[in-house]
Amino acid sequence: MAQAIQTRGPVTGSAAGPKKRRKFFLIDLYSTAVGKKYAMAISGIALMGYVIAHAIGNLKMYLGPEDINHYAEFLRELLVPLAPRTVVLWILRIGLLLMAILHIHAAYGLTLINRKARSVKYQSPRDYQVANFASRTMRWSGIIILLFVLWHLADLTWGFANAVGTDGTFHRGDAYGNVVRSFNRVPVAILYIVANIVLGIHLFHGAWSLFQSMGWNNPRFNKWRRGFATGFATLIVVINVSFPIAVLAGIVST
Amino acid sequence: MTHLTNLTLKIWRQSGPDDGGHFESYKVDEISDEASFLEMLDVLNERLINEGQEAVVFDHDCREGICGTCSLMIDGVAHGPQRGTATCQLHMRKFTSNVEIVVEPWRATGFPIIKDLMTDRAALDRIVEAGGYITAPTGGAPDANLIPVAKPVADAAMDAAECIGCGACVAACPNGAANLFTGAKITHLNLLPQGQAERFSRAEAMVEKMEEYFGSCTNHGECEAACPKSISIDVIALMNADYLKSKIKNRKSLSRT
Ligand code: HEM
Ligand code: FES
Repeated sequence: MAQAIQTRGPVTGSAAGPKKRRKFFLIDLYSTAVGKKYAMAISGIALMGYVIAHAIGNLKMYLGPEDINHYAEFLRELLVPLAPRTVVLWILRIGLLLMAILHIHAAYGLTLINRKARSVKYQSPRDYQVANFASRTMRWSGIIILLFVLWHLADLTWGFANAVGTDGTFHRGDAYGNVVRSFNRVPVAILYIVANIVLGIHLFHGAWSLFQSMGWNNPRFNKWRRGFATGFATLIVVINVSFPIAVLAGIVST
Repeated sequence: MTHLTNLTLKIWRQSGPDDGGHFESYKVDEISDEASFLEMLDVLNERLINEGQEAVVFDHDCREGICGTCSLMIDGVAHGPQRGTATCQLHMRKFTSNVEIVVEPWRATGFPIIKDLMTDRAALDRIVEAGGYITAPTGGAPDANLIPVAKPVADAAMDAAECIGCGACVAACPNGAANLFTGAKITHLNLLPQGQAERFSRAEAMVEKMEEYFGSCTNHGECEAACPKSISIDVIALMNADYLKSKIKNRKSLSRT
């Protein structure tokens, strides 16, 4: 409980103090909390770019098996023959993985900083004025998204969770069939729906917050920032949630 | 003039920095609705002293909302229920009879409790010392209008300069961050022509000093809602932008020396 009272040091203009030896620019920046928020925002933007591209690409589910499976093949053949098959896809995957790791590492670091900053909690209930559910649950929504992503990979990329509880087995290259088979399991469909709503909640705050973290603040566009985040989050949720619902409703089937 | 009756005050009592502290309840049978919150505490303290008990220690000075000395978490809200108002300017007419009011000190590792409701907010002074000043020529006082400043810029700088340094932003922030305070101090000087010479050394030094004591910003917006001067979180975005620029520019100027 004890907190040390600070002793008052001599009054100096420390901005003109002795020169520090500087670390490499990015490491120097990332070692600060404001720098970690830049990392958070930049990796968040990259993940947002991925999520929107992923959602739009998946809309080809509605055009039928040939279209979506052809699209899946197209991704593997990006920039062929300039690059060998799947090389560009792997570069994108590694980039995405690095962004996710950065995002999680920064979130972890900031959480520790924030814990330390209030070592003794308020002993009476707080009455929050404007902090909303989304902003106060970023850590939890983030962890749920991470667990969901692992399931999603096991289900539709690696496939070992795809065969569980279904009659068939995972068919590499038949994205359409794998998705339909997976979502025909009602608990799995519900899992996808819930997880994507959680992603929407994360983005509802994150897609607004990133403007502040990046220092993007201007009276000309400030009023659009809230709308952008709400719109982006809604778009992602609507598209992604539509797939399990369409499969359960029989609109998309094998 | 009407009166409020039968109030219960649940106040944090802590005998010193190393004491664990606890809540204690006090009855206030009658108080004028024209009394300020602090005057109500004065009335309580007078009674406690008459009864031979120790008075509740709390910070206050100007009692007109300009010095930033008063504090208090009132019913879980920094500076109490009225927006844009410091505790000293909060009046009892904002409350009703027959209620319990919980009063707690600011809680932040950077604001250690000295006694009861009084905290040591010197960490904010350390931040200002790190860069909250400008270089000015000594000698005769210059004419006031010697340096033209565009009206919108002057207005924005003055809005930031309203900060009275009370620390409500830190108290209200779920992360215990001082970004609104530091952002206001940086914005105030960084927008004005007089502040340009130290613009980037200021941004870097003040942010890094801030981070020695306080948490980080998640953009909840609680600080803006708690600020007795309603300073906008726009100042935090400007601070972030100038901090990044400072990290680049200060390296450049360093490499020239
Ligand atoms: C993998 C698991 C994830 C975790 C653990 C996580 C955690 C977090 C946390 C804790 C924050 C707030 C940090 C703070 O301000 O203190 C945050 C912000 C954010 N997240 Fe995530 N997140 C995850 C996945 C995602 C995904 C998939 C996306 C995008 C589709 C995303 C986009 C964002 C954005 C845009 C922000 C705002 C950054 C800012 O405030 O500048 N996150 N995340
Ligand atoms: S006592 Fe000076 S601002 Fe409240």
